[in-house]
Amino acid sequence: MSMPLQEHDYIGLSMEASDEKPKNKGLNLKATELRLGLPGSESPEREFGHGSKGLVSGAKRGFSDTINGGSVKWVFGSEADLAKNGGLFSPRGAETNTQQSSMGSGAVKEVVAPPSPKPVLPEKKPQAPAASGHGSAPAAKAQVVGWPPIRSFRKNSMASNTPKNDDDADAKSGSGCLYIKVSMEGAPYLRKVDLKTYGSYTELSSALEKMFSCFTIVPSRDGLSESRLMDLLHGAEYVLTYEDKDGDWMLVGDVPWEMFTGSCKRLRIMKSSDAIGLAPRAMDKYKNRN
Amino acid sequence: MDPKRSRNSHESVNSSESTRFPDEVLERVLSLLTSHKDRSSVSLVCKDWYNAERWTRTHVFIGNCYSVSPEIVVGRFPAIRSVTLKGKPRFSDFNLVPENWGADIHQWLVVFAEKYPFLEELRLKRMTVTDESLEFLATSFSYFKAISLMSCDGFSTDGLAAIATHCKNLTELDIQENDMEDNGGGWLSCFPENFTSLEVLNFASQQGDVSFDALEKLVDRCKSLRVLKVDKYVKLEQLHRLLVRAPQLTDLGTGNFQQELTPRQCAELESAFSNCKNLHTLSGLWDATSLYFPVLYSACGRLTFLNLSYAALQSGDLAKLLPHCPNLRRLWVLDTVEDEGLEAIGSSCPLLEELRVFPAAPFDLDINRGVTESGFIAVSRGCPRLHYVLYFCRQMTNAAVATIVQNCPDFTHFRLCIMNPGQRDYLTGEPMDEAFGAVVKTCTKLQRLAISGLLTDLTFEYIGKYAKNLETLSVAFAGSSDWGMQCVLRGCPKLRKLEIRDSPFGNAALLSGLAKYESMRSLWMSACNVTMNACKLLAREKPRLNVEVMKDDETDSQVDKVYVYRTIAGPRRDAPPFVLTL
Repeated sequence: MSMPLQEHDYIGLSMEASDEKPKNKGLNLKATELRLGLPGSESPEREFGHGSKGLVSGAKRGFSDTINGGSVKWVFGSEADLAKNGGLFSPRGAETNTQQSSMGSGAVKEVVAPPSPKPVLPEKKPQAPAASGHGSAPAAKAQVVGWPPIRSFRKNSMASNTPKNDDDADAKSGSGCLYIKVSMEGAPYLRKVDLKTYGSYTELSSALEKMFSCFTIVPSRDGLSESRLMDLLHGAEYVLTYEDKDGDWMLVGDVPWEMFTGSCKRLRIMKSSDAIGLAPRAMDKYKNRN
Repeated sequence: MDPKRSRNSHESVNSSESTRFPDEVLERVLSLLTSHKDRSSVSLVCKDWYNAERWTRTHVFIGNCYSVSPEIVVGRFPAIRSVTLKGKPRFSDFNLVPENWGADIHQWLVVFAEKYPFLEELRLKRMTVTDESLEFLATSFSYFKAISLMSCDGFSTDGLAAIATHCKNLTELDIQENDMEDNGGGWLSCFPENFTSLEVLNFASQQGDVSFDALEKLVDRCKSLRVLKVDKYVKLEQLHRLLVRAPQLTDLGTGNFQQELTPRQCAELESAFSNCKNLHTLSGLWDATSLYFPVLYSACGRLTFLNLSYAALQSGDLAKLLPHCPNLRRLWVLDTVEDEGLEAIGSSCPLLEELRVFPAAPFDLDINRGVTESGFIAVSRGCPRLHYVLYFCRQMTNAAVATIVQNCPDFTHFRLCIMNPGQRDYLTGEPMDEAFGAVVKTCTKLQRLAISGLLTDLTFEYIGKYAKNLETLSVAFAGSSDWGMQCVLRGCPKLRKLEIRDSPFGNAALLSGLAKYESMRSLWMSACNVTMNACKLLAREKPRLNVEVMKDDETDSQVDKVYVYRTIAGPRRDAPPFVLTL
């Protein structure tokens, strides 16, 4: 979702006091703006806004916005803050118009996050910010190369090992339950099941059938018959798929139950028409592994 | 067995015969010296001592492989058996150094093969090592015993196969945290059937299966094995089979610690652990949960080093485990244990000397979990002997750090990483200057410091004024002007390594260290405000420094990265095109 390039100050507030930051209406943001740029460079234009990845175009030393607007008190929220920080600013600093880059030698500048060479595009999805309750919605932070300083071996290990601490895989360590989300196409809400309470695929599928029957059944004159449910889930209309640790969508049922519970992160009941092509991949994958 | 050498016995005019030490006695005495710093001092006393030292030195440590050439090394030290070499600048660990930068071991091996045929040990850090080099190593040195590769790149498991095949006297194969390509686990089968000398085997950084059969047989026949660190593909029940064959282990790195075991298997594993009477270091524990901790309890009482940094434990898990580990000196954890977990450390591990808290999700920008200042304080209260800390957190306060160093004034290594660059004290909104001020004022033994958070020049004033024993300083996103860096360069007499990224230090700062750089190992500056002119000036004024520049833009005068180091080998001959030696 690309937005037209707008000038923003570094905390992502649009210059055109847009709908994004209603609480800052009325402040002359340009006057309080500190630009971070190297001597001689122009203020970089920053492409921010909901869903942007914070990629900076323009000046070579693009400044990547590493601010989490909600949790850290960046200065320029209000003029009151500016007065407090007198000691940190050069006299011609924030109070006056600091449009030009005041980063030359001698000027004591507010170091928020100095220009970093190559902001790496984050691999994360551009998400609607503020979903996790960080107060005002900041732009998604761009990642900085090599920061935080973690060796690549550790980075790679954590990527494949740690279960994500989000809702997708609540693997509660040690408590012996494994709740995962189950979604179904067309259903208005999802369910959660504890994989540990089942011992086999049959148990799982009957449980799912019971859970989702209300969404699948075209009411028939006879009511809900069990065979009709099984037909619906195992037969032509729906297939049960799951997302494994690597992020691939696999067909349920190919691998031993224990292996499945160990690698399943979420379940999805798909219409069979959408699930074409899953089965062959699942077999190949496990053939390569074993 | 020493090669023939010429004696320069009658050169000195001043000393009389009666007061001179016979060379043999001097050499006998000096051969007992192991510390390379001591040996450096000894070699400066006089020419006789210099010679005696060089003939008796068996181990050489080269902190920067480009500070000296292999020819110079073999020329000065004829009797070397063991070499330690470090290559790339430390920031290469974090992808700040482009690929193919250099630090290739091969040329060194070629020279060593000729002059050190009795070479036994090679320890490398941040060097490029190819499979060809490993094969060359394995086939050129018949007495070769120990190889240790840390944070190296360029090789694959094929190289390990070459080592296993040819090194008949191998005692140590230590592959730590490397970028190693995985061409299968078959290399373990390359150890001959009659090979039994292995004492250290560490392949924890392997990213795939190994042939377990071969591993089991190897462990079985190497009765002197004391260090065994397997990779995460070794399962718990396989671990059991290894442990029963190697109860003499002192240092164990487990594989995956999450597998469904029957109660009988659990009991067997527990018994295996309790039979390891010498076990003092435990690591690995991939994906461990508290479910299987009880199998460890019998061994925990003896543990002095526990590395849990690959297990995403919760605070409760840690609280269950640590009371069994009262003798811990070193502990590494993930920040999933949170402050409560750190409190458990404070209450259970009074002898703790080193703590490292790694972030489980460092690049996850929405997370606000992890550890905070209160966990750190809790540890400092309960562990007064703490002197080494590496702490990744998302919030910190000046007051907390001041309290921490009051509780633990003996810090030698203080590495604090507040993960959001330029972050303030979250309670007062102030910069974190006073925090690091407190550290340097209180911790007079401080050798290594890594700073973070919003920092002005004041931090650097403090460092320059108080950190009189500081040797290594890491700076990122900090400082306000040249003055900061100047304070450090003027003030820290023992500074050896200075690495700076993304800070507003420019030419004046760079040049203020003109007199200092030759007393340091190296200086790294990237994404600062340095231009070509200053670098050229530095290079001109100081011919015994190598000033290497990497620029993004050919035409620009702005310097992206500059690496300055002292050398007696002259400019690099193997510099890639993107490195300009001035």
